[in-house]
Amino acid sequence: MDFLYTIWIPLIPFLLFLLIGLTGMYFKPIVSGIVGTVGLGVITLLSFITAYQYFFVDGMVDGVYQKIVAGSYTWLAFTDTLHIDMGVMLDPIAVMMLLVVSIVSFMVHIYSLGYMKGEKGFSRFYAFLSLFTFSMLGLVVATNIFQMYIFWELVGVSSFLLIGFYYDKPSAVAASKKAFIVTRFADFGFLVGLLLLSYITGTFDFKTLTSPEGIETIRGAGLTFMGASAVTWAMLLIFMGGAGKSAMFPLHIWLPDAMEGPTPVSALIHAATMVVAGVYLVARLFPVFIMVTPESLNVIAYIGGFTSLFAAVIACTQFDIKRVLAFSTLSQIGYMMLALGVSGYGEHGLGFTASMFHLSTHAMFKALLFLGAGAIIHAVHSNYMYEMGGLRKYLPITHLTFLIACLTIAGVPPLSGFWSKDEILAAAWHHDKLLFFIEFAVAGLTAFYMFRLYFSVFWGKETHYHHTPHESPLTMTIPLMLLAVASIFAGFIPFGEFVSSDGIPHHGEIHMNIAVPSVAIGLLGILVALLMYRRETTVPDRIAKALGGFYRTVYHKFYIDEVYLFVTKKIIFNLISRPVAWFDRHLVDGTMNKVAWVVEFSSYRTRQLQSGQLQHYAVFFVAGVLVLVLTFAYFLF
Amino acid sequence: MSILNLFVIVPVLTVFAILFTKDFKGARVVSAIGMGIQLLLAAYLIFAYLDLRAIGITDEMVFTQDILWFPMLNIHYAIGVDGIAVSMIALTAIVVFAGVFASWEVDNLAREFFISLILLATGVFGFFISLDLFTMFLFYEIAVIPMYLLIGIWGSGPKEYSAMKLTLMLMGGSALLLVGLLGLYFYSAPDGGPLTFNILEIAKVHIPVEMQRLFFPFLFVGFGVLGALFPFHTWSPDGHASAPTAVSMLHAGVLMKLGGYGCFRVAMFLLPEAANEMAWIFIILTTISVVYGAFGAIWQKDLKYINAYSSVSHCGLVLFALLMMNETAMDGAILQMISHGLMTALFFALIGMIYGRTHTRMIDQMGGLMKVIPFLSVVYVIAGLASLGLPGLSGFVAEMTIFVGAFQHPDIFHRAATIIAISSIVITAVYILRVVGILLLGPVKNTDYNLLTDARWYERLSTITLLVAIAGIGMFPFWLSDTIMNSLGPIVSRLLAVV
Repeated sequence: MDFLYTIWIPLIPFLLFLLIGLTGMYFKPIVSGIVGTVGLGVITLLSFITAYQYFFVDGMVDGVYQKIVAGSYTWLAFTDTLHIDMGVMLDPIAVMMLLVVSIVSFMVHIYSLGYMKGEKGFSRFYAFLSLFTFSMLGLVVATNIFQMYIFWELVGVSSFLLIGFYYDKPSAVAASKKAFIVTRFADFGFLVGLLLLSYITGTFDFKTLTSPEGIETIRGAGLTFMGASAVTWAMLLIFMGGAGKSAMFPLHIWLPDAMEGPTPVSALIHAATMVVAGVYLVARLFPVFIMVTPESLNVIAYIGGFTSLFAAVIACTQFDIKRVLAFSTLSQIGYMMLALGVSGYGEHGLGFTASMFHLSTHAMFKALLFLGAGAIIHAVHSNYMYEMGGLRKYLPITHLTFLIACLTIAGVPPLSGFWSKDEILAAAWHHDKLLFFIEFAVAGLTAFYMFRLYFSVFWGKETHYHHTPHESPLTMTIPLMLLAVASIFAGFIPFGEFVSSDGIPHHGEIHMNIAVPSVAIGLLGILVALLMYRRETTVPDRIAKALGGFYRTVYHKFYIDEVYLFVTKKIIFNLISRPVAWFDRHLVDGTMNKVAWVVEFSSYRTRQLQSGQLQHYAVFFVAGVLVLVLTFAYFLF
Repeated sequence: MSILNLFVIVPVLTVFAILFTKDFKGARVVSAIGMGIQLLLAAYLIFAYLDLRAIGITDEMVFTQDILWFPMLNIHYAIGVDGIAVSMIALTAIVVFAGVFASWEVDNLAREFFISLILLATGVFGFFISLDLFTMFLFYEIAVIPMYLLIGIWGSGPKEYSAMKLTLMLMGGSALLLVGLLGLYFYSAPDGGPLTFNILEIAKVHIPVEMQRLFFPFLFVGFGVLGALFPFHTWSPDGHASAPTAVSMLHAGVLMKLGGYGCFRVAMFLLPEAANEMAWIFIILTTISVVYGAFGAIWQKDLKYINAYSSVSHCGLVLFALLMMNETAMDGAILQMISHGLMTALFFALIGMIYGRTHTRMIDQMGGLMKVIPFLSVVYVIAGLASLGLPGLSGFVAEMTIFVGAFQHPDIFHRAATIIAISSIVITAVYILRVVGILLLGPVKNTDYNLLTDARWYERLSTITLLVAIAGIGMFPFWLSDTIMNSLGPIVSRLLAVV
């Protein structure tokens, strides 16, 4: 049996997008919602069938999971060898991502039926969700790097549309613009890297690129530029695209602002799926990275490690619950990047497996956290944790599921986060001790800031609410419960059996020497949060005061946004664009106008010769005759 | 008789028919019918052309016809098309058709307006079917002159100034062009025999290299002025800003393409050695155009100026890609001409429609239009996304083809220029999103705007026609790219043969 049916997985949401986008306004809004949700249900089902067939029936040949191209056609040909194909390629990470994306997207579709109820533009929302799902699935199954780039741009624009969903809110508009431009800047790197790589290898095709022969050709290209080989530059530029989409430092600034979008969007795009596209990209090209330019993996590892620490520190100081979660997402993606960066290949590919594992578990628990946050916001109409407290009594289901998610992200066994984080730490330990200790510290910080959030919202001070908060409708709580179940049990999947850097199953094992301390530091973080935020105390304020300038710097996110603002407003607008506009008007166009002026002026002067007065003409006539006579006389004698 | 003659005959008949109409209603209906026929003809031409290729006809030009016109100088009325010309004709037909509907409400001297507009279109169609340099030049002038009247009479703002500036600069360009064309003519038969203006005949002879060096700049700059080559682009912002909607559409959408088309069909194809030698100068200029136009656009506040600078950037990319002289890049250049033609026509149509409602083009005076005129706003967003190169719309296909093609050059100079040109995708995103953010999104700035009505049927027809073409190319680029690529063969092999 072949996999041809899998082309429907990306096609269905595309058709849904067209259907809802073009005809949605003629029906009741709820129709769009239901059509979209049912469509996603079908896709989820198809993804499960694909996963079953791939992992248990057809995927493995001679003990190795193959890259299977289910269907492909040439979309645009550049040269004989370079052509963009549109197709579906299945391999373990693609199938894994199919599951993750369709599950989370399905949950978000159901959840939004309740959350977005009564919003203006309900059917537009579902159209955009379908567009996003289409783009993300297309990205996941891409057969070649250019197809990936195409869908990469499309997820970017869906993200833009969804962040700016409340388009009459200036902050949402600004956030959407920022997200698009920052990621576009990163994509500039991606595109150049892609062109460079395709020039070196003569192909866009992933299967060829990552095959042993492909690797040999890449190695053979001995071009160098500024001390590093051209391949290293290409791969780092491609990584730049990934870093932009996955919001790695210093391209992270768009993600916190992206929280202006509706919360289900934050859960789907800015937590579970699109932001891990960068990780997926690196994983997709992992054989090239590891075999040709292992030094670029070091860069990736350090950028990931730094981002995870940096974001975790900031997360401890934020009060907007969605922003805390956004920084937490940054931090966790940093983990995944780091895991890829420290990974070896084949036998030593623990980091690779761990990264993909964490990607999957993180998608579940982070989507759960965001959807839970959405339920909280829905109930109290505020994003700020200082306006909340004691909510456990009013929102029992949300409370319980949120607690599960917090425990999961804090790495408490036997929840899923524990297993994946343990593998990452183990991989880091074997590769680079410094990175290990960074991540170890981050594990503690993570537990602390998540439980700071948890205690402030659900325990803490007894806040008086305007309207008594009440639990969300079933459409919203059912996805919460399902995701909670996934968060609890996802860790028991023997992930190494399915996903590995070379397609050969490897047995994972628990690393006691790492698991024990990491759980301990997680519990410590929870304990500190418990002491500080379980009841309303003045301790947090006093600590903040004691830290003074450092606290303020962290609270202002290290002023990175201000730096960007300076660069864009002051440098690009005022120092480049404005002078260019001036130069064009006054110098280039001025020259043209001057030329016209010179012509006009000289014609004005010569015009005066034709005065119409007979005396003038007589004078000129006589003078002319004289000149001629003299000239003749000169030449004759 | 070749079917191509109809592309000149139908507009001329339409012009005559308009003469017999009584008022603006009659004039616009007749124009719409005439241009509708023209659009159908163009569609038929595409299929007829593909059929010919499918049965294995490999002539460089098909549907040819050659009539001796002025024996003393051996001037012919010679016509014929290849895949590129067919695509350009289709582009022109679409833009003119959309342009007629975009000017549905012109009531000041409407008959004269439509006559000038369609005369202009006649010139453009004639230009694309010409194989004889003389007729080509003739049609070129036919296209430029009505422009003066159209801007000077039906324009807005400092219209006389703009009309004069535009016409003078383009005429300056044609003066250079004429020198170049005569140069070609006088060296068209180096071994004796009759001189000729026929492109295909000239392509068979070898013009002495020193003469090529002399005439190439005349021809390239002459056409380049029309293609908004830096620093000869300044007619474009002023001209567009003053021009009436349909004229801006036609001008940026089609007329500027005559420049790019002429650059490769005449200048580069007929003077290949000089083109290879001098490409670097123009690569520098066009790279500047690309980035400079984009940066220029960021600062503008007038919608038409923004789009005019954006056109400088996008048309710069056309010439840039032509100069890369390989099949892929040149294919991209032609795709970019078509894509930019459609996009910019759509932009100008929308700007005209928005202006017709708000009576201003200053973005800081408007805001929140999405709420009040959703259809036009959504189309504007889509046009913007096409302009910044979103996959699935035509801009992406064209730009990527250009970049991949340009990147095939292994040397640092071409690479560096390409990377600089690629950076324009970021700057483009900045100015497009700036406009979208200020103009369309956010709260409604002026309460009077709440009374605005959304697009009427003819406006919808006009924009949807263009939109369908943009999305069609964007989603199914293969056939177009393939058709163009096949026709590029002779040109590219001639350019590469001399390296």
